[in-house]
Amino acid sequence: MKSSNRILSWEITSEANFLNRRQFLREAGLVAGAGIASSVLTGRLLADERDLETVPGPFSTDEKPNSWEDVTTYNNFYEFGTGKEDPYQNAQAFVTRPWTVKVSGECDKPGDYHFEDLISPHALEDRVYRHRCVEAWSMVVPWVGIPLGDLLQRFKPNSDAKFLQFKTLHDPNQMPGQRRSVLKWPYVEALTIDEAMHPLTLMVVGVYGRTLPNQNGAPLRLVVPWKYGFKGIKSIVEIKFTRRQPRNSWRVSAPGEYGFYANVNPEVDHPRWSQARERRIGGSLFAAKQPTLMFNGYSDEVAHLYAGLDLRKNY
Amino acid sequence: MTTKNIRVLKVVVFLLCLLPLGKLGLELFGLAGMSLGANPIEELIHRLGKWGLNFVLITLAVTPLRKWTGLNWLIRFRRMLGLFAFFYVLMHFLTYAGLDQHFDIPVIIEDIVERPYITIGISALLLLLPLAVTSTKGMMRRLGKHWQKLHRLVYVIACLGVWHFYWQVKKDILEPSIYIFILVVLLGYRILARWRRKRAARTSLDWTSG
Repeated sequence: MKSSNRILSWEITSEANFLNRRQFLREAGLVAGAGIASSVLTGRLLADERDLETVPGPFSTDEKPNSWEDVTTYNNFYEFGTGKEDPYQNAQAFVTRPWTVKVSGECDKPGDYHFEDLISPHALEDRVYRHRCVEAWSMVVPWVGIPLGDLLQRFKPNSDAKFLQFKTLHDPNQMPGQRRSVLKWPYVEALTIDEAMHPLTLMVVGVYGRTLPNQNGAPLRLVVPWKYGFKGIKSIVEIKFTRRQPRNSWRVSAPGEYGFYANVNPEVDHPRWSQARERRIGGSLFAAKQPTLMFNGYSDEVAHLYAGLDLRKNY
Repeated sequence: MTTKNIRVLKVVVFLLCLLPLGKLGLELFGLAGMSLGANPIEELIHRLGKWGLNFVLITLAVTPLRKWTGLNWLIRFRRMLGLFAFFYVLMHFLTYAGLDQHFDIPVIIEDIVERPYITIGISALLLLLPLAVTSTKGMMRRLGKHWQKLHRLVYVIACLGVWHFYWQVKKDILEPSIYIFILVVLLGYRILARWRRKRAARTSLDWTSG
């Protein structure tokens, strides 16, 4: 099924990339002699080369995606440092193959699965989602991934599977950020089973039609577009079906500031800053902040999951 | 150090104090291959704020440095350093109010009232204001002994500034912790010096009465 909207948004992106390439070639000519770091140049080139075979997926927004540079150089991935550009700087040598994910808990098919075996049975979908960080900035990102629910069904969860717990790789040798205890390592995130099975929830393996760059959580990461970005756990090595609600890392580190649900909600402020508005990355220097939408604009799809739940208490 | 040398040195120091602003300018306009990254407004606010705080602490370092090195002429740079602190803090606020909040006064007031770290930040700026206004030679003369009392506010300002920084950090407190350490050293020096002075006064009193 192809809607004209989706095709259109993708075409706009390619056109922007095309223009980027021209601009890049011009700038490359200008600065080649100036000895600009080659990684900066390759970072730009990558945006033009798709290496994943994808099909258009549902739920894509028509909003203009952020540039490849924005998406791949402005990241929160504390395993590689707490600065926004640290992951881009420090994750380049990170080894993501071979990669094994341990599946355990309340399911009939637990085991250690190779990355390729996890992903290859599924069609990769292009999905352009809004991404809202708890720090009150946002982007639009053209992810590539598979619906998490489709993946989970293959492990045959049993009736006791109420929650899903994910863990990031713990490897201080490769992840310099883990050498300091900024957070309790390894990073843990979790969803209710209903959230995990929701068709919006994506297991992401790429962005802009390309294999996911290391700084974005390679080789596979979670994207839950109606929740704050920190729910989108990166470089996942463990998936566990649990009976009880797991304790996610940010909640453990500051329970008064970060909860289990972390749904985007303009009416419930972070104790230290407002969540009513957000800074859309990539706008002009004089652009105003834009209002934050309930559930990041995905209310129609997900509001029913929280019927009767006090969202002020369950932040 | 001759007066002429100091005058030349003052120009040099003045230009040095402008370097952070110049670098920010280059980055802001993407010159010389520099940039402020994907979120330039936030980066600009943070960097200006940090330089404001740096200059507050540099200003506070003048007296200990002078006592330690015996270079009394250092004191003649203190006013300029203090005014640069005020300048960077003011720019920090104006970037927040203008670029980030679009001078939306109700939103800014709500921020100041509801966000404790912003309340603290704005307090520091408001306290810096009278110090900047009374920094001239004329005001020093007019205020006499009250001038020094008034300018002790800088201790409060430094504490507020570091607190403001500490409180807005999401999780990684390494950098604000370094600022706290420097602040403790600078204020600790003064407490120690005061205590020593008092003890010296007491001993000399004992000596005269005995």
